[in-house]
This record gives sequence, C-alpha cells and structure tokens, in this order.
Amino acid sequence: MLHIKCPHCGMRSQNEFSYGGDATIKRPELNKDISDQEWNNFVYNRKSLRGKHWELWQHLSGCRQWIKVERDTATHEIFNTLKANEDIS
Amino acid sequence: MIQSFRLENVGLINRNKKLSFKFNGKTYYGYEGDTLASALLANGVHLIGRSFKYHRPRGFFGAGVDEPYAIVQLYRNGETEPNIKATEQELFEGLVATSVNCWPSVKFDVGAINNFLKIFLPAGFYYKTFMWPKSFWYKIYEPFIRKAAGLGVASIKHDKERYEHKYEYCDLLIAGSGPSGLASAYAAAKNGARVILAEDKSRFGGTLLTSDVNIGNKSGKEWAEGVIAELKEMPNVTVKNRSQVFGYYDHNMLVMSERVSDHLATTKKFHPKQRLWYIRAKEVLISAGSIERPIVFGNNDTPGVMLSSAAKEYLRIYGVLVGKKPLIFTNNDSGYETAIDFKKNGIDPIILDTRKDPQSEIVEEAKELGINIKFSYVVVAAKGYKKVKSADIAKISDNKEDLGVIENINCDCICVSGFWTPTIHLASQSGNKTKFNENIDAFVPGISKQNETTLGAANGVYTLNETLKSSFETAHALSKKITNNDNKISFPNVVEKKSTTHDKFWCVPLPKGKNYKRFLDFQNDVAVSDIEIALKEGYRSIEHVKRYTTLGMATDQGKTSNLNGLQLVSKIENKVVPAVGHTTFRPPYNPVSIGAIVGREVGKHSKPTRKSPMHNWHEKNNAVFVDAGVWLRPRYYKKGDENLFEASKREAKNVRTNVGVCDVTTLGKIDIKGPDAGELLNRVYTNAWLKLPVGKARYGVMLREDGIVMDDGTTTRISENHYHMTTTTAQAANVLSHLEYYLQLVWPELNVNVVSTTEQWAGAAIAGPKSRDLLQKLFPNSDVSKEGLPFMGYMEGDLFGVKARIFRISFSGELAYEVNVESDNGNFMWEKIIEVGQAFKIQPYGTEALSTLRIEMGHVAGSELDGRTIPYDNSLEGLVSKKKDFIGKRSLTKEAFTAEDRQKVVGVVPLDKKTSIPEGSHLVKDSNAPLPNPKLGYISASCWSVEYDNPFSLAILKDGKNMIGKKLFVMSPLKNKVIPVEIVSSHYVDPKGERVRS
Repeated sequence: MLHIKCPHCGMRSQNEFSYGGDATIKRPELNKDISDQEWNNFVYNRKSLRGKHWELWQHLSGCRQWIKVERDTATHEIFNTLKANEDIS
Repeated sequence: MIQSFRLENVGLINRNKKLSFKFNGKTYYGYEGDTLASALLANGVHLIGRSFKYHRPRGFFGAGVDEPYAIVQLYRNGETEPNIKATEQELFEGLVATSVNCWPSVKFDVGAINNFLKIFLPAGFYYKTFMWPKSFWYKIYEPFIRKAAGLGVASIKHDKERYEHKYEYCDLLIAGSGPSGLASAYAAAKNGARVILAEDKSRFGGTLLTSDVNIGNKSGKEWAEGVIAELKEMPNVTVKNRSQVFGYYDHNMLVMSERVSDHLATTKKFHPKQRLWYIRAKEVLISAGSIERPIVFGNNDTPGVMLSSAAKEYLRIYGVLVGKKPLIFTNNDSGYETAIDFKKNGIDPIILDTRKDPQSEIVEEAKELGINIKFSYVVVAAKGYKKVKSADIAKISDNKEDLGVIENINCDCICVSGFWTPTIHLASQSGNKTKFNENIDAFVPGISKQNETTLGAANGVYTLNETLKSSFETAHALSKKITNNDNKISFPNVVEKKSTTHDKFWCVPLPKGKNYKRFLDFQNDVAVSDIEIALKEGYRSIEHVKRYTTLGMATDQGKTSNLNGLQLVSKIENKVVPAVGHTTFRPPYNPVSIGAIVGREVGKHSKPTRKSPMHNWHEKNNAVFVDAGVWLRPRYYKKGDENLFEASKREAKNVRTNVGVCDVTTLGKIDIKGPDAGELLNRVYTNAWLKLPVGKARYGVMLREDGIVMDDGTTTRISENHYHMTTTTAQAANVLSHLEYYLQLVWPELNVNVVSTTEQWAGAAIAGPKSRDLLQKLFPNSDVSKEGLPFMGYMEGDLFGVKARIFRISFSGELAYEVNVESDNGNFMWEKIIEVGQAFKIQPYGTEALSTLRIEMGHVAGSELDGRTIPYDNSLEGLVSKKKDFIGKRSLTKEAFTAEDRQKVVGVVPLDKKTSIPEGSHLVKDSNAPLPNPKLGYISASCWSVEYDNPFSLAILKDGKNMIGKKLFVMSPLKNKVIPVEIVSSHYVDPKGERVRS
C-alpha cells in the first residue's frame, strides 16, 4: 500500500485516496471551437507511461482536496506532491 | 498409549501438562509445548498423508514453515480448517486432526493407483491428456481432477471466530528472533528506536535453542531468554511470538499475521483467533534465517526421510526421537550436529558423508564419540513403503558420477542435510535484486530497493560471531539515523564450533537399471524425470519450467525444492545457476487464512449500513427492506399475507387515488454556496441555470466529459448565493467528487463551496391527488395553494414547531411535494404526516411502488441512466442547451451520438396485456430468426401499471423514435420466454404532465 504525502494533511495511507488520472491533461476552455482530434485527446487519449508520471489523487477520506502526485509507475516511488493550485515545474 | 519415542529429560515442553488429541480417529497423548507433528512423532506416527499426484505415503519432512507434506484437516471448537501444517499447529487438549488428500483412509488410498500409473503421469500430464476430446473436459476430466487433486475441505459454515486488523508504525521492524533478530532488536532498542520484533514460532531464539554455543558466558538459549525478557520490559519495544511477517509491500508496508488463539482449545472471550498487522516501518531488518536443503536420492519421499535440522529440533525442543536407528546423510557439518545429539541421547547413528575427508572441530567430535561415519558415501534409495525400513547405500566416486557396490543397511529414518538456503522471500518481495553466492550455492539479497537489510543466515552468514557482530552494528547505525542517539552495547564473547566447507553435491545418480523416483518438489510430486521431460520438450525459461511441471507451486512455495530444481536445470542446460535465475517470490510467504485477510469486514460489516431517521417506524410497520447502495430502504410495507407484487400495487394505486408518503432521505444532497454557484450549475448541468429565481427548483441532467449521462436531480435556489442540489442515491459520492474536481482543478476561479448534506436532512415525498390538502393541514400557516406554491416552487414552513423545507417536485408524476427537516426531527415529521394523513387515507409506499409510479410515467432512473446512454437516449434532449457550453457538450456531436437510428427510451406493452416482461430481456424483430438473432434493444425496467392494470416496461431501443406502434418480440432465453409486444411512448400515463402541475 502506497504512503502518500498529502500537501495539506501529511503522510497518509493509499486507502484514504482515490486515483484521478494524468495531472498534465488540461481541459479545453469552455465555448472554444476545437477540432474532434483535440477533444478526443482530452477525453480519451492517455499515455500509459512507464516511469515518472504526474497524476491526480483526491484525498477522499481526508481533506477531500485533489492533489498532484509525481509517481514512478513502475516502482511506485513518489518524488513530489503538490496542491491543486501549484504548478508542475 | 505410551509416547515411546519421547526422551525423558530433554526438551522445552511442559511435562506437567499432558494433553490428549485425536489423529485419524485414534487417541494419542502429548505435552503442552508440543506441535501436532512432535506429538505424533513421539507416538511413532510417521504416516500422515498422501501426496498430491501419485498419492504416495508421506510423513514429516521438516519441523516448521518449510514442511511440504504434513498438511492436515483441523477440528477445533466445532469448526474445521483445511491445510494446516502439523509442524506449525501447536497441541491443545482435545485437538482433532485428520489426513487430507486420501480416500478412504491414509493407510489404504484408492488414489495410490496413480503411483503405479506414474509412467503415464509425467510433467505437463494435465495439459496433454485432458485436452481431447474437448467435450470431455467439463463433465469428466475436470470433476475427476478436482476430486483427486484436492487438499483439505473448506468449511461451508459461517466462521464464528473473530479476526482483527491492526495498524502500526515503527522505526525498525525485525522479522525473526534468531541470533541476528535478537541482537539487532536489542541494539536498536537500547538506542531508543521504536522496535517491533516478530517471531513466527511460539518460542523466541531460533537456532539458539538448538545449538551448542556460548554468548557472554551463557548458553545460547539462556542468552536469548535474557534478551527477550529485557526487551519485553522496554516501552519502545513490541515483542510478538506466533507472528509471521508474510508480505513486504510498497513503501515499507509489511503485513504480519499473528496467531492469537490457534494454540488454544477455545478462543478466549473478546479475543480474536488471528490478528493481521499492517506495519509501516521506517527500516526493516530481515532475520528470517535459512532452511536446510534436501539431497535428492531415490524414493526420497518415503516417510522417515526428513531434514537433519528437523530431527535435531524434534530432539532438542520436544525431546522426541524421529527414529532409533537413524541414518544421517550429509554433504556438510550440520548433519554431524544431529548425529552428535542422537549419540548423546543413547542412540547410535550412522553418518554418510558425501565428502572424502572433511577436517573440522565438529567432525572430530563425532569421531571421538565413536560415531560410525562413512565418507564418500551416499544413500541411493530409501526402502520401505509406508515407512523407511532400510536404505540402499553406496560409495561414490570422486567425480560424484559413479556408484560403487550397493549395500543395504537397516535404519528407521534418514536425516538429510544438503546445506542451507537463506530465506530471501521478504527481501525478494521488497524488490531486492538478489544475487547468487557461489560459496553457499544459494541466492542472497543484493541491492535493496526499499529500506530493508537482511542479516545473519538469511544473508548467507552462517557463523554466530559474524552474525551477531553485523547485527549489532547494522541495528546501531540504522537506529542512530532515526533517533540520533549513540548508545552502543558492548559486544559479547562468542564461543561456537568451527565448521568446514560443504560439498556441492546435491543429487545422487541412478544406479544402472533402476529408475527410482527422485523427488525435487515433495508436495507437488515433481521428480527429476519431470524436469528432464520439460527441458526435452523445449521449455527453457525457469518460469515456464515451473508452470509446466508445477515445481515450487504448492502451498509451501518450494521452500525446500526451488534450489535443487535450479541446480538440475542448470546442470542439464550446462549453465551456471545464476544464469538460469530463480522465479519471483510473491506474498504471502506462508498461507494466511482468509478469515485473517477479511478481518472484521464480514457480512453486514463489510460496508456501513445506513438507516434513515425513520427506520424504526418502518420496522414497526412491517417494512420489508432492500439494500440501496449502503442504505436500507423499505421496499414495501407488508399487510397481512401480501406478497411484494400485491403490496407494491396497493401502495402505488393509493398514490394515484389518494396520497402516499415515501422516505426519500437517501437521496444525495449537496449544499452549494457562493457568488459563482449559479455559474457552476450552468457549467455542470446541460440546461440553463443562470436565470433560476430564488425559491424555485429546476430539474437538471449532468454529463461526463464523454457525453454519457452521469446523474440527474433537482436543484433549488434557497437564497441569492445558496443552492440545494439533489442527486440519485447511488451517485451521491461521485457527484460530490466531480464538483470538487472542477472547482479545485479546472475552474479554481469560481468562488463556490460544496459540501455533502445527505445525512443532515430527512426527506419525505408526499404524492397523490390529495397531497395538497394534506400539506395544508401540516402547514396551516403557509400558503401552499396552486398559486402560493406552484410546480417547482420552494418555500420554508413551520411543521408543528419544526423548521421544514417544502419543495414542490415530483418523481411519481402525481401532484407531489417533498418535505425536508433536520435529521433529528425526521421521525417527528414522518409520524405527523402519517397522523394527519389518516383523514386522506394516506399509506406509506416503498421503493417498489416508487419504481412502478416512475416507470409508467416514463421518468428515467438508474436503469436507463446506466453509464451507456446520452440525453437523447433518455428523451432528455430538450434539456440540452444549444446556447451555452457545459461539461461533456462537445462529445454530443460525435457521429455515433447523432446517428439517425440512435437508440431511445420507449414503452413496451405485451400484446396479451397479461404476461410480465422480465427486465434485461432482448427486443428482436423475428422470434424465429436463426442465432445470433439481431438484438434491437433491451428492457431496462418493468412494472405492473396500476393505471391501466397491465404490464408495462421501459426499453432502450434502436431507432426508438420511429418504432412507436411497431410490433416486436421480447426474448428472455434465461427464462425461456418469448413475448409479442407493442412499442408505445415511454410516457404511458399522463403524457402531457398535467397532474404534476395541477
């Protein structure tokens, strides 16, 4: 079971969190005219990376905040965690 | 019965407490402190079971976790448990055990015919033989294999025992309390670290209990007892016996199973049977020791052949002789220690040493004691069927390939020592890249991936002095890193016998003209010849060889077989062992009971049960409940002998004619506040929300980004910046997360807060033509007239002194209201509604009537909003705004979603107006079409229309909008039903929606 550092609450066990997918995906702006391809990329197309990956988790059974977690998908090593409003550098 | 193999003054058992137990129906006696294995051996019982494939007689091979054979069915306190290792099960008064995998009895086993058919049962036998003819598989082969291959029998009764889970954090977790475990625990504890020391067995000390060593002028055993006593007194130390660390998971999370009560005849009150510990450790020290390896020879599975270390353990700890004419077969000095122990207790052993001329202190001692030692000798084959009676032995040439003249010597047991295999399971599970150590012919931990260190024999270090030294140092350094303390303990003086190198010999060649079975894997009956066949057939990867032959795949996971299997593959392949590599170790190290894994989460405790504040009233009024997510909801209220169908029809009918009340507390409720709340709703829902006035409710549908309907419900504007959202019962949690996602990550500029208030409000839906009259009586001071509280209106009211929210919304399609009060007042509200409602013939209605009402009205719910439909499919396209953008809108332009013949919800009525239509049935054009009959749609929900008194269903049908009036067939192959039906509008009752607005 992973040990995830919530930037609001500190180290917590994985079972308090739920996974939310790739954190680098940006939702297209509202009312913007975009191509089918752009929209499909946003809704469906995800890279299944091996290695370092920024992803979203929600601290569901804690502060309910969505956070960004940099995790190695192969080793589960966690390098960094950020609040929702902090930018991935 | 006399324990004729019990020594008088040796062992750590409690001779003051004699225990009786039964094995295969026969009563025996043992002592407190025995295992089932040691007690049986004390009584001279060696035959314990039958092997998996050939049903050969099997006895005891080890004395602990590595035991491959001695698996029994245990009966304790009215319960039965399969696959218990007799070597691990401690004896208690009244213990009952039976053999597994034999029928009709262990002494006469019908399956043993397999033993004589073994020529037909080679590696990959199941794969090859049972493939043809295909039709035989389910009816003949599969049941036969299941019956023949089974181990124990799982109980089908409810387990009355209690199992617990516990979460713990520590600085150092130490797995194993042998020399390295004790030394490191002591050093770390003295340096202020929080330590958990776990020992698998009941006694602490590991090999210190069975070795002739001295530490600090004390015997090994005394030193161990002293250290444990001191550790137990320290507040920063948790010492646990009967506790096995079996799994090493991510981020230094380890799981340990503690057998709290398995050694007792009954579990004490309020105690669990077993406890599972989830331990998050900063550092892990693995001091799991090593397991002796067998040497492979003919019929080496005969009862009476066992590990030499096991024989020593039975003797030293339990005072039990595994035989009175022992033959020790060894390639190293360890076998001598066992022989010396026999000799010192008046038994004359014979040692066969594969080495030519070993020189060491231990060998000298054996010689001085006058033990008969034969150098360059091997056991060719064990003789005897149910027990070793003699052994064929022979001299072996220097190159270990040629056997001399075969001699037969009498013996009643053969104690084998093929040197030691470090227990690297936990290290390997942690991700440690193990490496092969040439000196000991075994794998040892290499580079760590997590914070773990392996010490002592588990790391391939076999001298006590070195083990203690590295353990003290490592534990001190690690604890210093954590606590910043620097308290060192002085290193004690260690006295141990020096041993010399082992012989790499591991497998005795077959003599000419003999084809004895030489077993590698004892539990799964994998012999040398099986591996040879697998390789001949082209299997190369050790992972494939393992799966094809089932080597190392039994419940013991190859603890005694893996390395010899690798040796063989490497020999045939002419490769070095590390080039062959070993298979991956995975948790659990040792089988864990399902009860322990599940813990307290059993039955109703597997998830929370939520009850509405009116639950007691429902119970008292004969409600029959149904699980709705985690909620218990009344399905119907039983009157007299009514069944579900009759009761729900009565309840629904009463709503249509008078008035009914339904508990709707379970609906998800989300409180939304902030200046941008309206803007959020406008983006989340498909329809327009910016112009909703205060005091008004609106129905809304929300989508996922892929255009699929996520949820629906009404949201009411309570005040300028305050909204009350309702969701379906099932989606409440997901919708909240969904809103939080957009507010926190996508549109953080929106100034809105959301919070769940599902449990804060109790809700009652009052529905039916007389509902307004009832409401007027409930709220005499409020104007609830048609004009005062119009459809989709909202007001606050005073319900006999209790503050209430009144919404004019309807799910039933009737004139209806929903009243909410704070949960604490829920029961008060409900009782008032029932009391005042008597004048209007009010009846409570459950979820079944609720469904009937919504289905015949054509209101879509969970069975249509099933994660596969878009607004159009549910006839909700009118709610999709063309002007504004919202979540998922862009997806609605997809080709499939705009297809001309897109599926749509329709109504379905059977032509005979009598036959009920099963939910989930398919709709087809031609009931006689050849299979696969093209499916046009499916029945999503069915009811008995109380309005028209005939069956009515909703269906999602391809090209639904053009199918109204058409005749189709409903087919339910499961129920063997074909029903001719007519497709009608989904709005079966009151299609213009006049009643809700009346």
